[in-house]
Amino acid sequence: MYRLGIDIGSTTIKVVLIDDGGRLLYSTYQRHGSRIAEKLTEIVGGLALLLNKHEVKVAISGSAGMSLAEASGIPFVQEVYALSGAVDELEPDTDVVIELGGEDAKILFLTGGMEERMNGTCAGGTGAFIDQMATLLNVSVEELDELSLRHKKIYPIASRCGVFAKTDIQPLINQGAAKEDIAASIYQAVAEQTVTGLAQGRRIEGQVLFLGGPLSFNMGLRQRFIETLRLAPENAVFPEMGQYFVALGAAVYADGQTETFTYKDLKKKLLDSQSAIKGKSRFLEPLFADEVEYAQFLDRHRRDSVPEADIASYRGAAYLGIDVGSTTSKLALISENGNLLYTYYASNQGNPLPIIKNQLLHIYELLGDRIELRAGAVTGYGEELIQNAFNIDYGLVETVAHFTAAHFFEPQVDYIIDIGGQDMKCFTIRNDTIDSIVLNEACSSGCGSFIQTFAEALGYSPAEFAKLALFARRPVDLGSRCTVFMNSSVKQAQRDGAEIGDVSAGLAISVVKNAIYKVLRVHSASELGRKIVVQGGTFLNDAVLRSFERELGYDVVRPNIAGLMGAFGAALYAQERHKALGKSASSILPAAEVAAFQHQARPATCQGCANHCSLTINLFPNGRRFISGNKCERGQGGKPLNRPNVYEYINNKFKALMQTAEEEAAANPGRLTIGIPLVLNMYENLPFWYTFFKELKCNVVISGESSRQLYARGQFSIPSDTVCYPAKLAHGHIEALLAKGVERIFYPCSSYNIDEGRGDKNYNCPVVAYYPELLHANVPALKDIDFMYPYLSLNDRLVLANRFYDLYPELNFTLANCIQAANQAWRFYRSWWADVEEYGLNALRQAEEEGWNVVVLAGRPYHVDREINHSIDKMFNSLGFVVVSERVLTDLVYSQKVNVLNQWTYHTRMYNAARYVCRHENMQLVQLVSFGCGLDAITSDELKDILERNGKIYTQLKIDEVNNLAAVKIRARSLLAAMEKNMQKSLPQKSIIG
Amino acid sequence: MVEKPNKTEIGQSFQAHLNRLTNLWEMMFSQAEREEMEQPLREHEVPLRQFTADMKADYTVLVPQMLPVHFKLIGGILRRQGYNIEFLENVGYSVTERGLQNVHNDTCYPALLAIGQLLDAIKSGKYDLSKIALLLPQTGGGCRASNYIYLLRKALEKNGLSHIPVIALRLDRLQAEGGFYLSKGTLLRCLFACYYGDMILWLKNQCKPYEEIAGHTDKVVEILTNQLDQAFASGRFLMLGPNYLKILNAFKQIKRRKVLKPKVGIVGEIYMKYAPLGNNDLENYLISQGAQPVVTGVLDFMLYCLNNNFVDAKLYSRPTLKNLLQKALFKLLMVGQLAMRNVIRLDGTFMPPATFAQVQRAAKGCISQGVKMGEGWLLTGEMLDLIESGVNNIVSAQPFGCLPNHIVAKGMIRAVKERHPEANIVAIDYDPGASRTNQENRIKLLLANANAALQNTNGEAKRHVLHLQPTEAEEIEARRA
Repeated sequence: MYRLGIDIGSTTIKVVLIDDGGRLLYSTYQRHGSRIAEKLTEIVGGLALLLNKHEVKVAISGSAGMSLAEASGIPFVQEVYALSGAVDELEPDTDVVIELGGEDAKILFLTGGMEERMNGTCAGGTGAFIDQMATLLNVSVEELDELSLRHKKIYPIASRCGVFAKTDIQPLINQGAAKEDIAASIYQAVAEQTVTGLAQGRRIEGQVLFLGGPLSFNMGLRQRFIETLRLAPENAVFPEMGQYFVALGAAVYADGQTETFTYKDLKKKLLDSQSAIKGKSRFLEPLFADEVEYAQFLDRHRRDSVPEADIASYRGAAYLGIDVGSTTSKLALISENGNLLYTYYASNQGNPLPIIKNQLLHIYELLGDRIELRAGAVTGYGEELIQNAFNIDYGLVETVAHFTAAHFFEPQVDYIIDIGGQDMKCFTIRNDTIDSIVLNEACSSGCGSFIQTFAEALGYSPAEFAKLALFARRPVDLGSRCTVFMNSSVKQAQRDGAEIGDVSAGLAISVVKNAIYKVLRVHSASELGRKIVVQGGTFLNDAVLRSFERELGYDVVRPNIAGLMGAFGAALYAQERHKALGKSASSILPAAEVAAFQHQARPATCQGCANHCSLTINLFPNGRRFISGNKCERGQGGKPLNRPNVYEYINNKFKALMQTAEEEAAANPGRLTIGIPLVLNMYENLPFWYTFFKELKCNVVISGESSRQLYARGQFSIPSDTVCYPAKLAHGHIEALLAKGVERIFYPCSSYNIDEGRGDKNYNCPVVAYYPELLHANVPALKDIDFMYPYLSLNDRLVLANRFYDLYPELNFTLANCIQAANQAWRFYRSWWADVEEYGLNALRQAEEEGWNVVVLAGRPYHVDREINHSIDKMFNSLGFVVVSERVLTDLVYSQKVNVLNQWTYHTRMYNAARYVCRHENMQLVQLVSFGCGLDAITSDELKDILERNGKIYTQLKIDEVNNLAAVKIRARSLLAAMEKNMQKSLPQKSIIG
Repeated sequence: MVEKPNKTEIGQSFQAHLNRLTNLWEMMFSQAEREEMEQPLREHEVPLRQFTADMKADYTVLVPQMLPVHFKLIGGILRRQGYNIEFLENVGYSVTERGLQNVHNDTCYPALLAIGQLLDAIKSGKYDLSKIALLLPQTGGGCRASNYIYLLRKALEKNGLSHIPVIALRLDRLQAEGGFYLSKGTLLRCLFACYYGDMILWLKNQCKPYEEIAGHTDKVVEILTNQLDQAFASGRFLMLGPNYLKILNAFKQIKRRKVLKPKVGIVGEIYMKYAPLGNNDLENYLISQGAQPVVTGVLDFMLYCLNNNFVDAKLYSRPTLKNLLQKALFKLLMVGQLAMRNVIRLDGTFMPPATFAQVQRAAKGCISQGVKMGEGWLLTGEMLDLIESGVNNIVSAQPFGCLPNHIVAKGMIRAVKERHPEANIVAIDYDPGASRTNQENRIKLLLANANAALQNTNGEAKRHVLHLQPTEAEEIEARRA
């Protein structure tokens, strides 16, 4: 009796044939390109000779094999289960198995309580992620591996999901970081992702078996895993047949089945099932009914074109606009009257510098001595790098560039939607100024580049791929969530018989739905405006444009240079500035210097402050250099503006408190020691609890400031990978306290916050309220010490003191002491925050006097944590803003009812802060939202409503472990630009934005 | 002789008075209050149309579906009270689509579905839009679920449908606002509907996977619900014991095959746990995959909500008289539940359901009863109790990114497993974009392990299948290369 094990994964198919003696007769590993039944029939067909005289038991495994197994009646075994069967027989000494597949990641804990985990719906990015990243760097997967082995430095890259990581990598590429380092950082992210996403609170130790394609082929990835898990070489096992284990497990499972097949049976069943695979995919209406409809559509859009001029005959002045986006570089050269002389649009190929260099040389050639290049401007992700490299005259933020272009094109425009490679920008125009900006959150990004990457993965150019969509008979419905979900939906649809065209159309529709419902969150076209201009490379795809118009039920304007609007806008801007400043010659490097241009990049770490930003130092000819990656002006050698900053002030207060606590502890060695983690609501309540225990004659040890390292230390015990980052940091703080040797940790739970009399109720959010419960259940070391997590609310100090006294009789406090301590603590808490409020009021007063802009960073108390806010406050400072927090403004406003249940104390403060901002010209509110904060889904709509109906701009910054501020900076600069343009309206003498 | 003050003096003193008044103004009102009066902001209030008593006669009240059996009984009760109530049965993709269009996409999936279902019904053209009202139950508490009603109102406004009255049925007060009034007798009937619904739900799942004649169980459920519906018309519904026995005996009529199937408990966020629309008909999916679903009743959740008040009193303040009244109600509810357990237990045919007190005991030492948002400690308690009653396999159904479930479901799995290493738990995230293949794959893993555990108890010995020679593997690799 032979056994045939079949493993059908998301991208590959693996088959093994085992003979009577348990020996391997045949094995194969092939990509299936979603033609699963056909591929398998073909493989089995090749086994004709081997199977001819033998009966065989068969089992199919793998996520993509489910529907085939159902249709063909061949036994199915779940892949993780199969895997454990194979490991049990082949590597019985294994403690932990890590398997990475094309789209799945799995961990099996075999000893000390069997547990099996698969990646969740959110955590995508494994093999497919590595493929995508390789495409992004413009290298093959093999080259990526080789590159990674030569790295010198690892950049922090968000490890939660592929899309996040991509957002982190893109700016690194644009800043000129070495490919070697990026490659290794990508692998590091995959390793960390596996540890947090899958281990979920269990340590990976003992003998670890690594399986699956990526780990079989990529040496660099293996290295990162071994280092991250701190494995001894003998404990990291990479078996010969690592990629076949699931197939082998299927063979093991097959052995236990009763049904046997002959070669003929098997072949017939497979052939029959080819047509019988029934799908669960949903299909939509075709985009165009026929060629005629498409022709009409094309006709209508052809009207929206920018005039061109022949560069070969043109004489006079010219202005250059450069847009270095996330994946593409665009250039536009315009004449004095705004006609296009020359355009360029191409992929960055992982490094925009050589492309721009060549283009500049090419343009100089075209100019000859007939045309004078008067000025140039650069915009986009690569703005600073390119501007510094080639001495481009001006730099401007993308939103302004896009608005300038759209406005030139359609002066009546009141809504602009730009979908580029990586981001989506939408803004309302009112009175010729940008009125509100919506940028996609890091989670729904990957808009255009996603279609491109997908097209390339399937072996099509983006243009061909788009064309296939137009007349697809039944576009696949792929939903409107994150692109990682789309990936699996596409696979599923292909399994269900969708053709490439259906997929392409489905992707186009999905990108549009994502834009409309997830980013814009509009309900009908009338909410957008009357003259809608759509632009960005993604809209060059007619399928996207068509689905957009259909989804809105409204015709929009797409300029023929939709993909070049950023560059075009930059060129117009250069012209405008040139005229306004009356400059004659451009500062752009002359042709000879461009030709000699060379670039070197090296990594460094900023020593300017405790933040230690990862820097990239770019060296250019003539000793010029440009430093990127820094969060404040210090890294660039600039002088700080010293604008007041409440976030900084609170941070300093906490630092001082920690120091005091340390000194007191040193001075009173004999006292009872209480450890307190500085996390979540402790950012508000620590002054209380510190005083409370001090009054009870205890020493207080505080966990310290958050950092990436501290996070990594606690990462292994996080059970839910979709909880917010501030909560995840708590695990690191607990580890920090344990490392300090404390034997008692105090971190209370509470459903209720302090009732500040402003809302309907005074709840904490569920995570803040009960996270200590989770820590207790998941941090193993807390069982060995005294972890105190009583339910205590600061709202009633008498109840609190009584309860505390009742709960801890062994600590021998008297009730009177407890009550007195609680009262003292309350007094200190009040004065601590009164002090912060006073500082904030002074800052506001000063801003008023000096005419400074003020930004309210509205979040939760814990958003002052530098590891959580990534020093966004400092970045606003460096742009000239005074920074205050929502707390400062709360009591300056008469609380009003809002349109949602106003039942969380912290959130109530934000509503009030928004009302305050509405009354002040020089103020704007920016909401900080931690990714995964479910409550902010409620608050953000309400805040937006309050601000916008009073003429303010609502800006939301979603923050996570993503440590790169590039996207945040765009928002901040756009906000500044809008504010100044508004200012300019009322004060015409003020100069324009830059 | 008194000199008459001249005009300038009058002016001066007037000015002084005015100044004093201004000072007084500043003394009388805080800066915040003054600003509010001096510089009013543009306000916007989402319109709210209350359901008034006179609407009772000719309005249809639409309610999203969650618990088919329970709701059918409750529907009958309310109809007899004169409310023309309709539990929505519209399902399918258009429901999700409507939800996505009208609710913030990061909001939890249950909100998206419930509101999507209501709007989908409104847009279906089946109803006279001037004669319908919408009802959403509201649990209250620190979870964002308390906000569903506000999200619904916002969605209605966005669609220009604010004239449709919305009824918020506050579960914590067992009462709705406005003209939707439930008398004590009606509430009592609804409570009994929950008793009977719970029992039917509990026994149905013990019969359906084993029934010899397909559809037998569903038929029994249908007859029982119809009969109970009649019972609510008279006083017969009050005869708890006889009614329990009647239900039990009806299910005993079903001929069941004697096969060993793995038992899979379903816990989770309340909507995801029960609503077939939410969990992709999880109960029937499990049955189709050869497992027996175990779904505990909704009464535990009601008891949990009541119990939270006592816990709050203990943790944060002192008990009040209201608490004493609630305590009496709480005790009463427990009695009815215990009776159900005893009827089933003494008969011995079926596995009896746990009482709330049992679940409380199970949770002890693992999670505090202070965790009271969402399903809170009850969810953890249910997992533990299921395992302790021999149901080792558990699916925890949760909306993607559900806040309380970070703590009480995913956060407690480790603690549960420490206590019961044999536990086989899988957490499934539901969300409009989640791939069904992925969800089913995880459930299949759960079932594969469950079946293996069943076989192990049967004492089948394992033998090795693979005897790979390392050289052979190398050879084949080499050949491939």
